[in-house]
Amino acid sequence: MTAALKIEALEAGYVRDLPILRRVDLGVERASLTVIIGPNGAGKSTLIKAVAGLVPVSGGRVLLDGKDITGIRPDQMGALGLSYVPQTDNIFRHLSIRENLALVLRRVPDRQARLEELFALFPVLAQKQADRAASLSGGQRQMLAVAMALAPRPRVMLMDEPSAGLSPKIAAEVLDLARSLTRQGVTVLLVEQNVRKALSVADHCYILAEGRNQMDGPAAAILADPVVGEIYLGGRRVGAA
Amino acid sequence: MIGVISYLVFFATMAGILAIVVLGLNLQWGYTGLFNGGVAAFFGAGAYVTMLLGGRPEPGQFGGFLAPFPVAIVGGILFAGLIAWFFGVLTLRLRHDYLAIATFGVAIALESVARNAEWLTGGAKGLRGFPRPLEATITALGGGDNFLYGLFFLALVLAVLAAVYVGLERLTRSPYGRALRAIREDEAAARSLGKNPVRLRLESFVIGSMIMGAAGGLYVAFYAYVGPQDLAPILTFQVWAMLIVGGAGNNRGAVLGAFLIWAAWTASGFALAALAPQAMQLYTGPIQYILIGSVIVGMLLWRPQGILPEQIRQQGRN
Amino acid sequence: MIQNLLDGILTGAVISLGAIGLTMVMHMLRFANFAYAELLAIGAYAALVFDRVLAALAPALATAFKPLTVSASLALATLLAMAITGASAVVVDWLVFRRIRAKADALSMVFASFGVALIIRNAITLAFGHNAQLFSQDIAFATVLSTDPLILVKADQVFVLVAALALMAAFHIVLTRTSFGFALRAVAENPTLAQVAGVRLSTMIVAVWLIGGGLSAAAGVFYTLTNHLSPALGSNFLLPVFAATIVGGIGSVYGAVLGGFLVGVASGLSLAVLPSGYVPAMPFLIILAVLLLRPHGLFGEDQA
Ligand SMILES: Nc1ncnc2c1ncn2[C@@H]1O[C@H](COP(=O)(O)OP(=O)(O)O)[C@@H](O)[C@H]1O
Ligand SMILES: [Mg+2]
Repeated sequence: MTAALKIEALEAGYVRDLPILRRVDLGVERASLTVIIGPNGAGKSTLIKAVAGLVPVSGGRVLLDGKDITGIRPDQMGALGLSYVPQTDNIFRHLSIRENLALVLRRVPDRQARLEELFALFPVLAQKQADRAASLSGGQRQMLAVAMALAPRPRVMLMDEPSAGLSPKIAAEVLDLARSLTRQGVTVLLVEQNVRKALSVADHCYILAEGRNQMDGPAAAILADPVVGEIYLGGRRVGAA
Repeated sequence: MIGVISYLVFFATMAGILAIVVLGLNLQWGYTGLFNGGVAAFFGAGAYVTMLLGGRPEPGQFGGFLAPFPVAIVGGILFAGLIAWFFGVLTLRLRHDYLAIATFGVAIALESVARNAEWLTGGAKGLRGFPRPLEATITALGGGDNFLYGLFFLALVLAVLAAVYVGLERLTRSPYGRALRAIREDEAAARSLGKNPVRLRLESFVIGSMIMGAAGGLYVAFYAYVGPQDLAPILTFQVWAMLIVGGAGNNRGAVLGAFLIWAAWTASGFALAALAPQAMQLYTGPIQYILIGSVIVGMLLWRPQGILPEQIRQQGRN
Repeated sequence: MIQNLLDGILTGAVISLGAIGLTMVMHMLRFANFAYAELLAIGAYAALVFDRVLAALAPALATAFKPLTVSASLALATLLAMAITGASAVVVDWLVFRRIRAKADALSMVFASFGVALIIRNAITLAFGHNAQLFSQDIAFATVLSTDPLILVKADQVFVLVAALALMAAFHIVLTRTSFGFALRAVAENPTLAQVAGVRLSTMIVAVWLIGGGLSAAAGVFYTLTNHLSPALGSNFLLPVFAATIVGGIGSVYGAVLGGFLVGVASGLSLAVLPSGYVPAMPFLIILAVLLLRPHGLFGEDQA
């Protein structure tokens, strides 16, 4: 299988001469779910943003289905079949739910049909379609954000901590939703803090720390790894008594 | 010959007064990154209050208290500082351009008071009659000729300019000045170092405006007159052009810019008056304004650091 | 008093039209644009030129629709002026602001806008002279609505108010019914997310300048139609449009509309109590009141 998304020796940062990512490599198989985990400040969000064109890249490449998309303008993502769900502020609060979706469907030819499909997929959103997005609950907002990213039928989806701040039940639903996308052929790259649940639904896992690759492997193997268990899965803290 | 020299003295006095204003703006913009859109307001506030306190009494006119010049000018300085403090408190916590709009508004409001409150400001004809400091003594020394007094007044202006320059150099090279620049460059970082950005900005803004007020006081003593046109926006534009040409963040540049632009302004005025055809004489003002506007825009586009760029920043980098 | 109120509403409509674009530009490009009000002057003078040219080419167009002094040629000229003014706003952005945006901070743009305002205003003076001009030499007769107190209304004034409200309503429909409008609102709320949602920022910046220029040109023509035209038109409206955006909250289109009417009516009413010389300071007092009471405006969310 070829990688749907391939990141090669990527260097990126917010300020000139101050790279946050240092030669990060990563590959995501088509229609798989890959999760990135790592401590706070590791550069997980920065990595996703660099792929989306929101952080300047100073070295390395990003390949989408073999095509070099390094340093694209973020608004070109949709046309390339890439979607991104930001970690926070990922919906337009002053727009209604319907308007949020209509906005991302602007360039989609069968937008009315697609809107109906999305409403069928997310009945809660259909019910509240005329309300301002600000009125949605946390879980519903995340649904809307995912629906907006899905609207243009992306081949690859980037999601930054979609379950953050949600109740465990809703968080699990969101991750199951991510899993179900892969069954429809969508490739998903996910950043998660909710490590145990994420690893249980993911195919592959990368661990990032201080802007560098730490290790990677099949999600099941990482889940079983005793060292990883110590550090990330709520085992005893390293160095703690 | 004496005519030329006495014109040069006159020119240098006015340029020196403007250089003081530019130094005040440099503290605000060059060192702290504050946009003062109403330079004329602080200059004019200083000028009017100095006149009210130190001027001669006129029938039916408020003011004319004949206060000694140092007292009068301190009054002007304090009034300019008070206005700056009031609007600084209101706007410095907000988006940066609120200060620009508010100060621009202050200038318009003060101009309309100056034009209309005749009992206070003399209205459109302004206020005249100001006992210039030591004028009788020095003119007598010069044998009744006012050339010597002109020289004396130039020396006074240059002394104030030098004092302001030295004071600002000390201030901006001190840890306080570094804190100001730190805030200008990166407010969040400065805050995390325990600096209070709003307070430091406010202090810088008030001090800068008081310097402008002092220049206004000197201006009144120089011309023994103040009128609403001294509050007109063109002064603000000129002072801004002087700072950007000389080099924001560099006090020597600020002074250089003041003399250069004032020379260019005066020379272009003479040239247009001499060369422009009769029909165009009404339009020499707009031509000069376009020149000033072009200087501002051109410098920002092609040489934003000015003739003498800021130096301390580079030192800090090494 | 009532006369002052009516005149204030009319001026308010003009200020509102001017403030709509300004609030969007200030929000999107994050700078106070001191050159913005010059768009009103550019628009009014452009309309004057087009009107004369059209009337000369096709004299039939120049007859006024009684009781208005507005003719078909002026109506056409206004549309052309809106387009030209929008285009000149884009050109100025392209020549000056965009280049400064690329390398310096927002305050440098405020500074640049100072210079641009000075250039535009005085170039207009050079081109058209200091003297006030009128669109039409026709005398617009006023209808007496009441003799005690005396209330006079000209047909042109009613027309201007209706036309201004119609333009605002049209823009409201664009904002709430079209996906282009959604994109405008999206960019206003969160420019980064708007890009992620497929909105191209540089296109939106052009669009905002076009809309702002067009609405400002209409405002300039509307004001001139019931008053006179002079190169000071832009500078006279600068503080009022700033005040309207601050009252409404920077970035809020509806706030700017409300703010515009508020500033217009307050200035109009102030004429009843203050000598007319103080009217230019009125918007300043309103800004002061907003800063004291509600610094982010009625609908604003912009923080420092
Ligand atoms: N907008 C920004 N500007 C400057 N530095 C940032 C910005 N966002 C994040 N950083 C820095 O980049 C590093 C990585 O952050 P991030 O990618 O958000 O980490 P993670 O998502 O793994 O928690 C951190 O040191 C953070 O301080
Ligand atoms: Mg993150």
